[in-house]
Amino acid sequence: MTSDILLSSLQIATPELILAIGALVLLMVGVFSGERSASTVTGLAVAVLAVSGLWLIFAPTQGEAFGGAFVLDPFGRFMKILALIGSLVSLIMSSVNSRADKLNQFEFPVLLVLATLGMMLLISANDLIALYLGLELMSLALYVVAAFNRDSVRSTEAGLKYFVLGALSSGMLLYGMSLVYGFTGNTGLANIAAVLSAETRSLGVVFGLVFILAGLAFKISAVPFHMWTPDVYEGAPTPVTAFFASGPKVAAMAVFVRVVTEAFMPVFADWQQVVVFISIASMLLGSFAAIGQKNIKRLMAYSSIGHMGYALVGLASGSQTGVSGVALYMLIYMVMTLGTFACIMSMRRDEGSLENIEDLAGLSSTNPFMAVVLTALMFSLAGIPPLAGFFAKYFVFVAAIEAKLYALAIIGVLSSVVGAYYYLRVVKLMWFDAPAGQFARTSGTLRLVFGISGLFVTAYVLFGGPIGTAATAAARTFF
Amino acid sequence: MQIGLSHYLTVSAILFTLGVFGIFLNRKNVIIILMSVELILLSVNLNMVAFSSFLNDIVGQVFALFILTVAAAEAAIGLAILVVFYRNRGSIAVEDVNMMKG
Repeated sequence: MTSDILLSSLQIATPELILAIGALVLLMVGVFSGERSASTVTGLAVAVLAVSGLWLIFAPTQGEAFGGAFVLDPFGRFMKILALIGSLVSLIMSSVNSRADKLNQFEFPVLLVLATLGMMLLISANDLIALYLGLELMSLALYVVAAFNRDSVRSTEAGLKYFVLGALSSGMLLYGMSLVYGFTGNTGLANIAAVLSAETRSLGVVFGLVFILAGLAFKISAVPFHMWTPDVYEGAPTPVTAFFASGPKVAAMAVFVRVVTEAFMPVFADWQQVVVFISIASMLLGSFAAIGQKNIKRLMAYSSIGHMGYALVGLASGSQTGVSGVALYMLIYMVMTLGTFACIMSMRRDEGSLENIEDLAGLSSTNPFMAVVLTALMFSLAGIPPLAGFFAKYFVFVAAIEAKLYALAIIGVLSSVVGAYYYLRVVKLMWFDAPAGQFARTSGTLRLVFGISGLFVTAYVLFGGPIGTAATAAARTFF
Repeated sequence: MQIGLSHYLTVSAILFTLGVFGIFLNRKNVIIILMSVELILLSVNLNMVAFSSFLNDIVGQVFALFILTVAAAEAAIGLAILVVFYRNRGSIAVEDVNMMKG
């Protein structure tokens, strides 16, 4: 009987098992075949991620596993597929210039697979212990990849900063968890909700909730826990930055949504204020602080802070529309970011890669295809209709208005107007300034990535229906 | 005097605050930051074990064991990153972690 339960648990967790076993096997392959195995291991890692993703898409198993600590539901499936796509694409992009970026070591793909495993466990976590372990598995791998270029002061400094602030945030998260455990007597998310709805909430639970939200806000880099983002984005090697901006953000946002909607829905009024505050603060800081930036990776860091603020607008409404808006926002945000980072990685000359926004000047005459795609992506990031970014913002704002959060929606729209300034500045540089010199030939892989991403944002208006339906189905998990 | 739950919680809250202040007020050395992180995690463990004992529930102690394990891994990775940073920068003073300004 117990073996049946165990087998069904393992069946639900198969995508994670594929990643876990795959990471160990890849490590062995790397260790035994020596220094030059990096490209083999990268190829195998891509295969492992793809197999896990295909299993997730085609295997219909769902439900709780391991005594309720792990759950695979439509929301988890949606977010996991996003996280896997993010990791897969950034892994493929990292292999393009791995020698120049000093990423041509077999540990890199292994760490990426382990981080992805952490994300999947995090998305599926249905218990505070499982949540903490998934989060740490993801974070520990991320600290190392941030410092992966170990001969560069900036990369190691990025790793160090990320580590110190990350450790602080997981400390706060844990302190919150200990209070919630102590005042509700449970660690399972559903049990916590049951206890909270049965009795009047105590002050200890509110304290715990605030600490947990602070820890999670750090992981999605929402203000006031955003300090690490610009430095880590700038210092880490560009493919690593692309990775940071895609999968981990999706996973952290997914667990944010799951914790507040599944465990803390009975104290909705308490967390709503917190989410509204960090959402407004992130949107404003994301718009204003990005204006003066000269480094495009730093610009993308502030842009990601702002976008997390917009995604939280949907969550603040606490409704099914809101959560489906968040899921859709994360999908569109990830596609736009990966496309933009593919463009940033194409900004290289023979002597090395370039990171200044000024280097994009006159791109329309030197590389028209990339200029057109990057223009579409920038318009989409700014939220200009009819591109995908507009729909992402539209759905979260609609959810906020339905929930009567008028001030939040108005501030959001205004700050997206401010934010449009710096996106449009990039467009202006590309089309109206004198060329700053030619980039080296863009690799086919990167061109494919930003091509697909550009196609997605421009054609979203035509085929967005089914994607929106999938996001709605994902959000129905919680309501 | 009876030692109750609130005493344990007070001690762990003080330890937690000390840890957080140790990270933000320390202007000298990154190692001290690592020690402060350990302090935070240990205060959480104290909380967990105290709650577990007063609730008569074993889950808190299981959680505490997991936290200990992860804290060890975290310290190992932190020190490793610190060593690579020291090799590049030649210093582990907090004010020298300043190549990028944010």
